[in-house]
Amino acid sequence: MMMNTLERRVILYFALIFLYLPAIVLVVYSFNDSRLMLTWQGFTLKWYVQLFTSPETGAALKNTLLVSLSATAVSVVLGALLGIGMHLYEFPGKRLIEALFYLPIIIPDIIMAIALLAFYVVVNLTLGYLSIILAHVAFQISFIAFVVKSRMQDFPHSVIEAARDLGATPFQALYRVILPLARPGVIAGALIAFTLSVDDFLITYFTAGVGTSTLPLRIYAMVKRGVTPDINALSTLILLATLALLYAGLKILHKPGEKHRQNNSMAK
Amino acid sequence: MSKKDFQNVSLTVGPALAFLSVFFLAPLVIILLYSFLSRGAYGEIEFTFSLKNYASILDPLYLAILLRSLKLALLTTLFSLLIGYPVALSISQMAGKRQFIFLMLVIIPSWMNLLIKNYAWMVILRRQGLLNTALLTAGVIDEPLSLMFNEPAVLIGLAHTYLPFMVLPIYAALERLDRRLIEAARDLGANRWQTLWRIIFPQSIAGVLVGSILVFVPALGAFITPDLLGGANSLMVGNLIQNQFFQARDWPFGSALAICLMSMVLLALLIYARFAGRVGEERVL
Repeated sequence: MMMNTLERRVILYFALIFLYLPAIVLVVYSFNDSRLMLTWQGFTLKWYVQLFTSPETGAALKNTLLVSLSATAVSVVLGALLGIGMHLYEFPGKRLIEALFYLPIIIPDIIMAIALLAFYVVVNLTLGYLSIILAHVAFQISFIAFVVKSRMQDFPHSVIEAARDLGATPFQALYRVILPLARPGVIAGALIAFTLSVDDFLITYFTAGVGTSTLPLRIYAMVKRGVTPDINALSTLILLATLALLYAGLKILHKPGEKHRQNNSMAK
Repeated sequence: MSKKDFQNVSLTVGPALAFLSVFFLAPLVIILLYSFLSRGAYGEIEFTFSLKNYASILDPLYLAILLRSLKLALLTTLFSLLIGYPVALSISQMAGKRQFIFLMLVIIPSWMNLLIKNYAWMVILRRQGLLNTALLTAGVIDEPLSLMFNEPAVLIGLAHTYLPFMVLPIYAALERLDRRLIEAARDLGANRWQTLWRIIFPQSIAGVLVGSILVFVPALGAFITPDLLGGANSLMVGNLIQNQFFQARDWPFGSALAICLMSMVLLALLIYARFAGRVGEERVL
């Protein structure tokens, strides 16, 4: 084993300080009893109280949950079926379709945002909840399909053939065999997609129209008005929620013995 | 393809394909069409074919913004590589458990909301910000420095956002490295630098390429970072597109800019695919 040189270790710790400094600053300032946010003036929870008593933040939170839950509910079905289909079947034009599905992941958000806005104007769809939800589904599908498909890489193909040979209809094979096997990927994909939806600013910003605000839109509006301590409190809460969600997603995805348990549940 | 296979594919791939055709492909086609139309006197779309939107991109004012975007995206990639490579190398040399912990430490900040991340840098870099306060208190400076609303601030924000995307693929490549080669190089008298340049680096090029594309592409299309941390002189193409859709109300020109950005992204992916093909590694994207 090669030892790490001193300079390499210095760069490693510099990088970690660089990566964590912004989060630490926000969390610390969110408890700082000073509106100007210059020096430490003592511990307070008043920014959190202010946040919870703000009707705008409450409405934004409600909108965020409504949008993200609805969008995820739709995209998880479409995305999971897509991931399963792309993993199991070979068909003409598969590579082209695969490229199409990676495009929403690769393409800059700003392009998707303006394209959806232009599309909604052309088809005359009023901007609001529906336009935001449909836009979120459009960028979530690919991520879910990707997670489901990668998680199924070590999927025993022979199991489905066995199910078919034993007389299962395609629907039975899907419901009884494929879905239980794909489940960890589906759950993890849904959690990741939900987080992406909650986090999204740009696409929501373009497809929301007036009057429908989500948490990121609310933060943007607050930040544009100036740096204030209640943004720190809101940021801290969102930070914690995101961490918890993604941690849960990864836990499910990499659960040791998951494969074993699936095989057992299948045997039932 | 048998009838049964066709049924299976339509049932699984069909719904998503239909959805994305309507809510992803059709919008892109509309943007493409818009880019050849023109803006009317009141911001409405006039249905006359023209190439003038693309000609306008060559206007020095707009060209400067495009070139700046390219420059900032390249600098972000370079900066992430210079920091990210040693970080990935350090982590790949650690013992199992420590390796996992440090890897998670690098991944976790990438989960932070983009808007919040950039807002945090505002708190640090602004005139009455953390850095200025610290420097003033320490007596290093007499009056606050202008650390925000310029290109370096945008660069810091972008590098902070995308550094983890550089570290992970390089780490993945280094992790697969055959350690016997390093030992052999040492036994044959190679010093540290020779080992790094001639043995380790060539085997990690695939990871460097993936990392570079993962950093370069989103950095090129950035909006939030230049919007919050940049000023009038550090706008990027994402800001220009947003401006054409909201303030200037010239959707055809905004669409042409978006098509131009998209072409740059696809070109970057093509260059990547060529290099990756030459390295002989499997293509990741």
